[in-house]
Amino acid sequence: MMENGLLGIQELAREDIETILETAIHMKEVAERDVKKVPTLRGRTIINLFFEPSTRTRTSFEIAGKRLSADVVNFTPSHSSLSKSESILDTAKTLDAMDPDAVVVRHGVAGVPKRIADELDAPVINAGDGAHEHPTQALLDMLTVLEEKDRLDGLTVTIIGDIAHSRVARSNIHGFLKMGAEVRVAAPPTMIPAAVETLGVKPFSSLREALDGADVVMALRIQRERLAGAYFPSVREYAATFGLDRAKLRFAKDDAIVMHPGPVNRGVELAHDLADHRPSVILDQVRNGVALRMAVLYLLAGRRHRRPADEGGNS
Amino acid sequence: MANHPPQRPNRSAGPHGGSEGSLEGVSPLPKSPAPTPLVSQVVLDTVSIGRALMRIAHEIVERNDDLESLYLVGVPNGGVPLARRLAENLDQVADLEPLVGILDTTLYRDDLISSGKRPKLRDTEMPSAVDDRVVILVDDVCSTGRTIRAAMDALMDFGRPRAVQVVALVDRGHRELPIKIDYVGKNIPTQRADLVKMRTEDGVQGEPLDVVLLHPETAAGGASR
Amino acid sequence: MGRVWIRGGRVIDPSTGRDEVADVLLEDGRVEAVGHDISASDAETLDAEGCWVTPGFIDLHAHLREPGQEYKEDIASGGRAGAAGGFTGLACMANTDPVNDDPAVTDYILDRARQDCPVHVYAVAAATKGLRGEVMTEMSALVEAGAVAFSDDGRTIMDSDMQRRVLEYSRLVSKPVMVHAEDLTLVRKGVVNEGAVSTRLGLPGNPAVAETLHVARDIQLAEFTGAHLHVGHVSTAGAVALIREARERGVHVTAEVTPHHLTLTDEATLGYDTNTKMSPPLRSAADVDGCAEGLADGTLDAIATDHAPHAVYEKEVEFTEAPPGVLGFETAYPTVMELVRKNRISPMGLIASLTSNPAQVFDLPGGRLTRGSAGDVAVLDPERKWIYDPAKGYSKSRNSPWAGQEMIGRPVATFVDGALVYHVDRGVIFP
Repeated sequence: MMENGLLGIQELAREDIETILETAIHMKEVAERDVKKVPTLRGRTIINLFFEPSTRTRTSFEIAGKRLSADVVNFTPSHSSLSKSESILDTAKTLDAMDPDAVVVRHGVAGVPKRIADELDAPVINAGDGAHEHPTQALLDMLTVLEEKDRLDGLTVTIIGDIAHSRVARSNIHGFLKMGAEVRVAAPPTMIPAAVETLGVKPFSSLREALDGADVVMALRIQRERLAGAYFPSVREYAATFGLDRAKLRFAKDDAIVMHPGPVNRGVELAHDLADHRPSVILDQVRNGVALRMAVLYLLAGRRHRRPADEGGNS
Repeated sequence: MANHPPQRPNRSAGPHGGSEGSLEGVSPLPKSPAPTPLVSQVVLDTVSIGRALMRIAHEIVERNDDLESLYLVGVPNGGVPLARRLAENLDQVADLEPLVGILDTTLYRDDLISSGKRPKLRDTEMPSAVDDRVVILVDDVCSTGRTIRAAMDALMDFGRPRAVQVVALVDRGHRELPIKIDYVGKNIPTQRADLVKMRTEDGVQGEPLDVVLLHPETAAGGASR
Repeated sequence: MGRVWIRGGRVIDPSTGRDEVADVLLEDGRVEAVGHDISASDAETLDAEGCWVTPGFIDLHAHLREPGQEYKEDIASGGRAGAAGGFTGLACMANTDPVNDDPAVTDYILDRARQDCPVHVYAVAAATKGLRGEVMTEMSALVEAGAVAFSDDGRTIMDSDMQRRVLEYSRLVSKPVMVHAEDLTLVRKGVVNEGAVSTRLGLPGNPAVAETLHVARDIQLAEFTGAHLHVGHVSTAGAVALIREARERGVHVTAEVTPHHLTLTDEATLGYDTNTKMSPPLRSAADVDGCAEGLADGTLDAIATDHAPHAVYEKEVEFTEAPPGVLGFETAYPTVMELVRKNRISPMGLIASLTSNPAQVFDLPGGRLTRGSAGDVAVLDPERKWIYDPAKGYSKSRNSPWAGQEMIGRPVATFVDGALVYHVDRGVIFP
């Protein structure tokens, strides 16, 4: 399943997710050590190929790679030159010639990591592509929930916000469903993607109903610049109807946890006091991000997928 | 491909010399079109294991002055129950309660090959730093010495021990590194292609049952001894 | 010119309803005879046993890219690809560079076609200057130069008043106005059909209503103005229903559908292959079904390829950035034969939509096999299996969603004005 990398949760089997989460739990122990570095990927090169700026995710991958002793190189193509002349496949071929052991790709357009993976011998890890997938985010979310609830199976997960434009939502939907949870999405109808039921989730336009009995409540970041006026009337109205605060949270289970992929628009999708304190687990999500990405790099970096002839070639 | 050190030419003894890792994780058996059937033979039974561990406990007491600083560290999976048993024995023999830790060596291995599945990680539980301690690494089967090498590297990330000593229930030879075992339960001469495995009650880190030698049928007929 | 005796094939001629095993004799560039008692021992003969013998295909919708984008295709290469696909007539769109909005460009295209193209080329001129939707073109002069229809294809005339005037004015020249019916304010950045697939892929969706809304508008305007509206590349079941209803009401509206909208759903896009990006996009299974039904019941007059070559590197970009369009000529017959194999349409109905119907829609010569008609003939093997490799085709481009796939059915020979221009074993035959 993960043969040419980690492109999406959609392609993973439940066992793959379990392996990654289990490995990540062990990686957390490394992070608690005095010396937070192991020699596992010594001499390996990981390229962070970020077409779209994302300090948080890039840094998380960078720390993860460095804790495994890999050499992490940040490659940030300049937007202008890329869109004008160089095709993504050219970029991919150039990278392939540098013989990396893993390439972490972030791009604003869905499908680009896959196109690059098709050209590369090294595994490609999708660090977010358009509104398609952000698999490591969903995996670290699942890890966080697993730590809080000791299980994923049978939980009710409610995702609130701009589902239509959210890769985090899609990856979490695929992931939690594969792990046996029930997933609900709640948003104004303008932010629910077409035929969303085909993903296996139930859409709600009443936040109260969507929260009823939820174990996990995940608020998504609202792109206020892009969406206000076009997808919802105003930030104020959104905050009033779909912004999560302690009063609305009462509809969920008593021990429900609150998650957010960050960065939070305080007072919009999450009330100020919810962002910092229990039941919010936002900082655990960030912490788990490094361990989770260490796990993914450990499982994938250095594995070649396009030259099976190399296997056992030395024996 | 310049980034990747060539694979070791002979991997037939398993990546870590027939230690516990050899029946799981990376390809344990030499790749051949039709795997040779294995013949198994018990080389240490439960009673002999118990006797060996008691003898080793005595040896540890004899050989060390500062018994209070002892720190037993088991290498998963087989080393973990053995370290636990040794701690019990030390309590019996010398009224000691040594620290007992678990140290997974997987992230320190030198054979994470470029293709194929990555081995599963095991728990590491080190109850305290190892500074100024006499650390006794405990493994079930020692062969190439690579697991012990990895364990020593891992250990150094937990501090600066005063000394490191090594226990192996079985030493089967075929050393590839200059590693000396301080306390050996039993020396068992083997062929490279053989596998030596300690079996436990639950198949992982439970109570030890016995140690078996598995050797390919064709190579059998006394040749392995 | 000599004589050609096409022997023993199944002659399918929608213009007369003939469907029987017969011989066809071509002489002096025209059909001399069709029947059983032909004997022409001095003629070149082609054994057509097991094959269909039909009028040459006529494509109402092709992008030949000349002038201006000869790196994608030119009239010579496009014409050869057409011949290899069984086509004897191609109507080429106006979105060239410069745009075919001036009689001089029309002249140039038709002149190039006469010199270096094995098949007939018909020019569709722009409806508005520069395809900008602001100033209408000189339709009379363009018709004089040879334009057979008007279209801003590739663009949509969003201004309803402009669209009204274009339709009204077209009555002066009695030529159809072909529309690319998509409401661009609804399409926005959409690149795949809006639905389960766009949701799964996370790519911006282009909703079916963007097409139906404009088809409805243009039907209303055609009814209001009394002009001949031709709806290009219909892709939705909703548009088919609107057209069917309008025709019943007597509105002068004709329509076409592409082989890809008849045989592929948006699921073909699931791998992000930019060779599955088209405009309008591949739609749902229900839409594909609706289009097939519309073709079978005659609501959709013609199968038109929307042959739209793009260079390899132009497609090797982000899905959202890739230009839409696919090659059409060489895969048209084998792909639409699927409808015959599934009993969605009769062989006669299928051939009509490729020959006599398009000829009638644009009032073009050809599309029939009767004594005295043009010697434009396709000989088709409906069973022949082959693997389609765009690199071995005649187009300069390779953008096909069918690359590497097995095809069933293949044109084996194409005649234009009585001369063999393509034979499957010999390739295109043209000086």
